[in-house]
Amino acid sequence: MTSINVRVDGASYSDDVEPRTLLVHYLRETLGKVGTVVGCDTSNCGACTVHLDGEAVKSCTVFAVQADGSEITTIEGIAGGDGALHPVQKAFHEMHGLQCGYCTPGMIMASIDLLKENPSPSETEIREGIEGNLCRCTGYQNIVRAVQQAAGEMSGATGGQA
Amino acid sequence: MTVTEDAAAVAPAKEVGQPRRRKEDARLITGRTTWTDNMVLPGMLHLAVVRSPVAHARITAVDVSAAQQAPNVVAVFTGRDLAEEQGSIPCAWPVTPDMVNPGHPSIAVDQVNHVGEAVAIVVGRSKAAATDAVELVDVDYDLLPPVLDLEEAVADGSGLVHDQLASNTSYHFVFDAGDAGTGADTEQAFADAEVVVSRRFVQQRLIPAFMEPRSVVVQPQGENYTMWSATQVPHVLRVMAAMVTGIPEHKLRVIAPDVGGGFGGKLQVNPEEILCLLLARRLGKPVKWTETRSESLMAAHHGRGQVQFIDIASDRQGNVKGLRVRLLADMGAYLRLITPGVPALGAFMFPGIYKFPAYRFECDGVFTNKVPTDAYRGAGRPEATFAVERIMDELAVELGMDPLELRRKNWIQADEFPFTTVAGLEYDSGDYEQATREALELLGYDELRAEQKRRRESGDPVQLGIGFSTFTEMCGLAPSRVLGSLSYGAGGWESASIRMLPTGKVEVVTGSTPHGQGHETAWSQLVADQLGVPFEDVEVLHGDTAISPRGMDTYGSRSLVVGGTAVVKAAEKVVAKARKVAAHLLEASEDDLEFADGKFAVRGTPGATVGIQEIALAVFAAHNYPEDIEPSIDAEATFDPVNFSFPHGTHLCAMEVDTDTGMVKIRKYACVDDVGTIVNPLIVEGQIHGGLAQGIAQALYEEAVYDADGNLTTGSFVDYLVPTAADLPHFDTATTVHAAPGNPIGAKGVGEAGCIASTPAVVNAALDAVRHLGVSDILMPLTPERVWRAIRTGGDGGARATAGTNAYGGAQTESTAGVATPASELGGDR
Amino acid sequence: MIPAPFAYERPTTVDEALQAIAAGGEDVKILAGGQSLIPVMRLRLAAPETVVDLTRVTELRGVREEGDVLVIGAMTTHHDVITDPLIAQHAPLIAEATETVADRQVRHRGTFGGALAHADPAGDLPAVALALDAEFVLAGPNGRRTVGASDFFVDYLTTALEEGELLVEIRVPKLTGSWGVRYEKFNRVAQAWSIVAVAAAVRRENGHIAEARIGLTNMGPTPLRARATEAALAGAAVTAEAIADAARSAAEGTSPSSDLNAQADYREHLAQVLTRRAVSAAAGL
Repeated sequence: MTSINVRVDGASYSDDVEPRTLLVHYLRETLGKVGTVVGCDTSNCGACTVHLDGEAVKSCTVFAVQADGSEITTIEGIAGGDGALHPVQKAFHEMHGLQCGYCTPGMIMASIDLLKENPSPSETEIREGIEGNLCRCTGYQNIVRAVQQAAGEMSGATGGQA
Repeated sequence: MTVTEDAAAVAPAKEVGQPRRRKEDARLITGRTTWTDNMVLPGMLHLAVVRSPVAHARITAVDVSAAQQAPNVVAVFTGRDLAEEQGSIPCAWPVTPDMVNPGHPSIAVDQVNHVGEAVAIVVGRSKAAATDAVELVDVDYDLLPPVLDLEEAVADGSGLVHDQLASNTSYHFVFDAGDAGTGADTEQAFADAEVVVSRRFVQQRLIPAFMEPRSVVVQPQGENYTMWSATQVPHVLRVMAAMVTGIPEHKLRVIAPDVGGGFGGKLQVNPEEILCLLLARRLGKPVKWTETRSESLMAAHHGRGQVQFIDIASDRQGNVKGLRVRLLADMGAYLRLITPGVPALGAFMFPGIYKFPAYRFECDGVFTNKVPTDAYRGAGRPEATFAVERIMDELAVELGMDPLELRRKNWIQADEFPFTTVAGLEYDSGDYEQATREALELLGYDELRAEQKRRRESGDPVQLGIGFSTFTEMCGLAPSRVLGSLSYGAGGWESASIRMLPTGKVEVVTGSTPHGQGHETAWSQLVADQLGVPFEDVEVLHGDTAISPRGMDTYGSRSLVVGGTAVVKAAEKVVAKARKVAAHLLEASEDDLEFADGKFAVRGTPGATVGIQEIALAVFAAHNYPEDIEPSIDAEATFDPVNFSFPHGTHLCAMEVDTDTGMVKIRKYACVDDVGTIVNPLIVEGQIHGGLAQGIAQALYEEAVYDADGNLTTGSFVDYLVPTAADLPHFDTATTVHAAPGNPIGAKGVGEAGCIASTPAVVNAALDAVRHLGVSDILMPLTPERVWRAIRTGGDGGARATAGTNAYGGAQTESTAGVATPASELGGDR
Repeated sequence: MIPAPFAYERPTTVDEALQAIAAGGEDVKILAGGQSLIPVMRLRLAAPETVVDLTRVTELRGVREEGDVLVIGAMTTHHDVITDPLIAQHAPLIAEATETVADRQVRHRGTFGGALAHADPAGDLPAVALALDAEFVLAGPNGRRTVGASDFFVDYLTTALEEGELLVEIRVPKLTGSWGVRYEKFNRVAQAWSIVAVAAAVRRENGHIAEARIGLTNMGPTPLRARATEAALAGAAVTAEAIADAARSAAEGTSPSSDLNAQADYREHLAQVLTRRAVSAAAGL
């Protein structure tokens, strides 16, 4: 067991973990942060995407011990303190960017990361920006629209109908 | 329900037809979800399944002693331990009276018949402990030669999957229109035909690849059991699990919480679900099993898997005269819930939208040493649509006709509906010409044809092609009597009930269990219109056999058509009951009451009104209600459709083919679908998009590949290629609306349309791009290599090497894809 | 799946890392970004006794100049490589190839040195390092040594790294003169490994190709140079025909494998086509 200290969605935690514990399992099973999910075992699907010190990572491909001393944000921590949805969450709802919703937490976290780096991506840049996340329901088109809409809102422009 | 003209003029917009944002989203976009794997119960034990690394073998010994002694392992069970109580995974669809079903143990006892079959189960205090001990279970196998190839499996002298059976053929199913009285003599039609075109098409095996891996939790409570499962079919599962395990049906409650996609892949009674029940009963403790993706790909059922021999007959002018279909359908090693029925369901769709005078269908269900096949989005209909839309193109080439002109010449005209086809189905409504016209416009057809010509003339290394698919499908599964006539083991009705709460809020209980479709939103729209209550006042309950006791669940594009209709019928009953109370409260005759916008008004007496939500409170208080009724306006309804519904559409794909590398790239995709009345255009469009992605993926990316030893080499998402956003094009979609006459909503079903229609459009487009180079077929998926080979040699691209990629240093081992022998080493070809 | 248990070490300096590797027992795995190692451990293809995590060894991160050489710390992440101004200026081929590696999440964790030391023949960076004549600095119990790229990649997933050694930095000669570069990657879906890829750097002089360096990805158990094509291009005119002629020998001396995506003969064909395209683009055609 190794001791780790992490901040997750704004709260501090100290825990002993087995080194082999994946970050996603720590989040789900130790902290009860079940909003972040596991979809594969080869780092392809991106369902487990969280932000580790501000960067999107696949939490199934990081050991919890590696997150020691880090700040982690999950899908459960991106809404405002007043519960107001993050613009990307709102846009996924508005543009019907989800169906079963299983890929959605990872998709939203990857999209936020993309928009941080590229605030007004083209359609191609969006599609390539979320290439690390698989969705089986939507065919991606409404996810792309959602990211476009969120980009508009976050840059202060009027969210356009795609 | 009657609405006066005055009321209509001021009525708020109807909910039906509005692009309502989904109610479901609030929990899904915030991570406040209830996936089965989220469940934690006191004392819960974790299961890990030891799976066969070989495709075909006798089990000669299983040594679990080391695993039993591993830290935090509670117990280890073998097939022998559970042999007496495990029964057989049920098959609900014996398609012929003499169909052979060898039985399907949940856990192998003496013999394994596919890689990934369960051979032992480790029960641990943690998932890690159970997983660690899997490697300690030692199983001795006496290898048998695997039966893998469909055509070899039915050839004389083939080895047998089940050596107690006479052959690898489970059944021979025939539909002959001549015999059925729905068409002419097929053999005669072919004998008389001026032109006959014959082709062999292959429907590769696909994996549904729902994003949420399967997960099961069972909690025993005395003699009662509650099962949470990531299933599409909690109601079906409950009945079947009760029959298999002997747990009385009324002692078993099944809950499908949030379910992360299914696409038919969770339309099953899974071995692991049965095993969880058996072990929870043995151990008296809650148990959980959640699969890994590798397990899911190799052990959850696959879809498709057919070799299709298609003959089409016509005259020189392109009037089709007959269609003959002979299928070899891959059952896999066992028959699961509707394994044999999938190709049989397809039997009725091969004629497509065309007026064939003669038709004969024959199908052999064939056992192989692979995981069983079963429903996958479209289930039988994509296979049929692919065959007919591909063969129409081949016939057009043979005749030197434009493929669209050939289709036009033979399709059912708008004024011919309802039209009884040669397969005996009565197509309800539609206009193929209109959908096609609009789709051509949407694609920019003329410009693309001009560009194609330019590229061809200049010898551009990138060639362009345009592919058509003018499809229909049978949806709204299903009229119970029809299912009975096809020997299906259940009905196709759906149930709904409506509970009017004292505060006027409405609970709608549906038996149609969603797993991502948006029932909660669409059903709220239906009820809001029917009862005249706000959309927000409606709550839709589902997926728990204790809350929603009757249901047939969600598959076959049935939910809105059948389940939604049950909701509408229940609402009509609520209004009828409320009418009696309203008449009492307003001291008027029922006949003088009008119901609109949620209010009963006395005709000709302004101001005399009572709202249905007020009536809900009135009957709750029950101080003042008619003497001859119960104090309740709740109601339930069961709807059993009389006919299927028949969505249709025209899908067009423009494809670029790089003739240097064989890489194909969709330049543009346009489709116009007619799914009947649209309740929520946002949801309809989303369903089309998702279906397109899966249909395109069959054409271009996905295939469950087994090597010569029966190992699944596409055993992870590294090799089973689910396309990403960057691999799919933008879709241009539109709809026409011809209401379905068979249900009061007018809906036809939309869940499978995109998936069924798109595959042949994509393949036809690629072939159109390279046909002048001597290519007439390319096997799916159209890998760049296959396209390149087809262009070089004029063949169909040929078999792929079956080794997995060397990603991660070759992500296939015993735990992911089984044991390699010299026959299946890297590069081993079959 | 859950990896098998292991002992975990998290050094903060190269010396500590070398000690941890030495003390780690029979089967030590070095965890750089972990984007290949962790999936392999989850699939239980690897079950090391000890994992030495380099994440905190900050001296291994970053890019610096040393005269004509760019020095890239082994633990520099793909993301940092892509956004590094020195690499953009002096070794843009590395940035271009790195952009095609996996996806943004993986690029945040995965490292330049980790990808090279893993030596996956389908990985994108080994062929680039080979084409650029990079040198690999290996630290071991007995000090440091430098190995040229052509000697570093030994076999399938095998490098010149000896037991107890650590790849600490990669020295990449700056491209000086009129160089153009291109990484042509061929795969079926966006996030996938290369089926075949070609890294090309071309120096033009007086309207001719003075020098071409061509690295091939996934054309054998190790990355390879297309030497015959390079030789044919030296002094060739910058014309489509000359490049096409030279590219026909791109697969000479290669030994590609066959798998789901491509059989060997198709890979050989792809190497020719992609070499033609990469060289043409690098030459400014």
